[in-house]
Amino acid sequence: MDFEFSNEQKLLGESVRRFVARDYTFEARSRILASPSGMSDAAWQAFADLGLLAIALPEDVDGFGGGAVDLLSTMEAIGEALVLEPFLPTVCLGAQLVVRAGNAAQKREILPAVAAGTRKLAFAFTESGSRYDLAHVELQARREGDHYRLDGAKRVVLGGAVAHTFIVCARTAGEAAGRDGISLFVVDHAQHGMARTDYRTLDGTVACDLRFEAALVPAGALLGAPGAALPAIEACIDFATALVCAEAVGAMKFANETTLEYLKTRKQFGVPIGSFQALQHRMVDMVIAQEQSRSMASLACVRVDSENDPVERARAVSAAKIKIADSCRLISQESVQLHGGMGMTEELKVSHTFRRLTMIAQQFGDADHHLERYASAGHQARGR
Amino acid sequence: MDLNYSPDEITFRDTVRAWLGENLPAELREKIVAYDHFTRDELLAWHHILARKGWIAPAWPREWGGNNWGPVQRYIFEEECGYAGAPPLVPFGLAMCGPVLIRFGTAQQKAHFLPRIYNGDDFWCQGYSEPGSGSDLASLKTRAVRSGDHYVVTGQKTWTTLAHYADWIFCLVRTGEADQKKQDGISFLLIDMKTPGITVRPLVLMDGGHEVNEVFFDEVKVPTANRVHDEGAGWTVAKFLLSHERMNTARIGTSRRELERLKEFAARQRKNGRPLIEDPRFRDKLTRLEVELTALSITNLRFLDQLRGGRVPGAEISMLKIRGTEIQQMLTELMMQAAGPLAQPLAPLGEAVDFDLFTAGLAPRYANFRKTSIYAGSNEIQRNIIAKMSLGL
Repeated sequence: MDFEFSNEQKLLGESVRRFVARDYTFEARSRILASPSGMSDAAWQAFADLGLLAIALPEDVDGFGGGAVDLLSTMEAIGEALVLEPFLPTVCLGAQLVVRAGNAAQKREILPAVAAGTRKLAFAFTESGSRYDLAHVELQARREGDHYRLDGAKRVVLGGAVAHTFIVCARTAGEAAGRDGISLFVVDHAQHGMARTDYRTLDGTVACDLRFEAALVPAGALLGAPGAALPAIEACIDFATALVCAEAVGAMKFANETTLEYLKTRKQFGVPIGSFQALQHRMVDMVIAQEQSRSMASLACVRVDSENDPVERARAVSAAKIKIADSCRLISQESVQLHGGMGMTEELKVSHTFRRLTMIAQQFGDADHHLERYASAGHQARGR
Repeated sequence: MDLNYSPDEITFRDTVRAWLGENLPAELREKIVAYDHFTRDELLAWHHILARKGWIAPAWPREWGGNNWGPVQRYIFEEECGYAGAPPLVPFGLAMCGPVLIRFGTAQQKAHFLPRIYNGDDFWCQGYSEPGSGSDLASLKTRAVRSGDHYVVTGQKTWTTLAHYADWIFCLVRTGEADQKKQDGISFLLIDMKTPGITVRPLVLMDGGHEVNEVFFDEVKVPTANRVHDEGAGWTVAKFLLSHERMNTARIGTSRRELERLKEFAARQRKNGRPLIEDPRFRDKLTRLEVELTALSITNLRFLDQLRGGRVPGAEISMLKIRGTEIQQMLTELMMQAAGPLAQPLAPLGEAVDFDLFTAGLAPRYANFRKTSIYAGSNEIQRNIIAKMSLGL
């Protein structure tokens, strides 16, 4: 039993925290948020220079061969600073799919560019009717000679508005919710027959919807074996879920620290409002929720790195997401409430943290989804 | 980062588990399973078994019978005992009076009392709360007046757990003047329960059980040799003791065992022709509880890891108490809910020929466990402690 990070992980965590403290202040973030692209190329290059984009890439493609635990402190720092750049879509989703499903040539083509910061990725998996069900894929991919023809639509592709390359999951066989027949394709952002609608999400990050009409991609764009992509997708989403839990812990840490500071400085009736027991006890419950969330985020990251049984992995990740979703809601709502009207305003960072925590609570499945998944995974585990 | 126990810790756990498998008497375990109350003799029987093994007071210094276990080993031992269904160890001697004597006692007090506590020769209880002094403990009024080589004690203690079994009581009493700061005039006395002038009156709780009592003192003579630490220094002793009282309140092993029972029980109950455990509304409550317990066990291990690194436990203990007791209460509540209408029968009138004692015990147990968020510093007091000690509010 050892809850300490390794020396390498500590050094990495320190360098990320130093970077965001100096170059990703709330003022700097506000400027990035107000810019047309909603992200900073300079910040992205800095992530590349610090090696953050390569942490979880294999060593033979310029990576450090790390896993979720190695990314944990980076994600926490990203959550604390409310980083807007598409780290989660590129590093935790797109690149992980290529690592898990791609052939040697695809890895060589895509991953060193990711590590260098010259290629951003996005994973298009959500559809209008899919909710959080990863097997619900209606977008069709039909083989036509040397090509696949894509028809259908994807929704809320995180980071999609600034991605160079999309990984798109499509159905090459079977019915809409069937576990078999799902395939992955590497699709360029300028793909003919693919229309993109870019937008901002509540937390200030960028995303897009995609519409495919007779979009012809070469057969070589297939990532992994045709029709058999779901296990890799599930593993990848579990990986990203564990890390978005770590990001949430960072955001909770900021929300709690800034709220505590406010309780000590804001005066009413001639005393700091933190002297009121009604507020003290709510603050304590926020801190407990943060500690419990930190425990579960650590558990999820350790399990996605070390657990080979997908059912056990799913249970650990869903357990974590249930706790994190509940805590996101508690801490975001209470941090605004304890700030009073000021907590509602654009000019206070806590309102931005509220927005990110609100989005994280539902990202990759809300508490209800994971309650159901945890229970059904339990059935599978017992049935064997 | 590694959330698993080390090979040494696993060996230790397996040793404890195997020993419990062989040495925990079945009749004691069955009482735990039946949610039954223990007699004085049963509690002491388990104490004697552990004392003979040398595992009764691991945290004590070696010279008094401690065995150098680190915080992780002590935690493993306690969790394994809880999980196996061992009777609770009464903390008043082992975890409270013992550490107080080791820290503040005279050589004579240590030599006399510590071996007797270790061997379970004396049954101890705790005289802290009074009718007018609950959370505000320092406002206590029981008075001890010095008269030569003894004190004369008059007053009343309440919520005195197992006083009806006890040979001795340790008490906080007021020796100072009325105009002193309320924390300053308090002393810590050890009182023989057989001394003339002591009356014990049961306080029956709403589950019908007798665990707590009122203890009345009417001019009870206590030798000054039975005062621990200086006269007026009782509050220092009390604060030291309270930090010990809160050490093992997460009760994760016990809750893990109860969670397994709840799942088994809910799988046997039917709703709409299906096992209750498959009912989404019930199942979601169960899952949230299981997640909360998983999170608490990891949080507990994280704190232990810090302790092992030399950090002193602080307000974290309060966090474990709050969440641990909330989980214990939720377990009893869901168990009662799982029984549905069958949770209503309480006790048979006349001979119990065909009466389900198990389901009849669930509602009283739910009622009884409301105590957990009240005792050992109410959960509101624990939140005050966190707010003050770790948040600086």
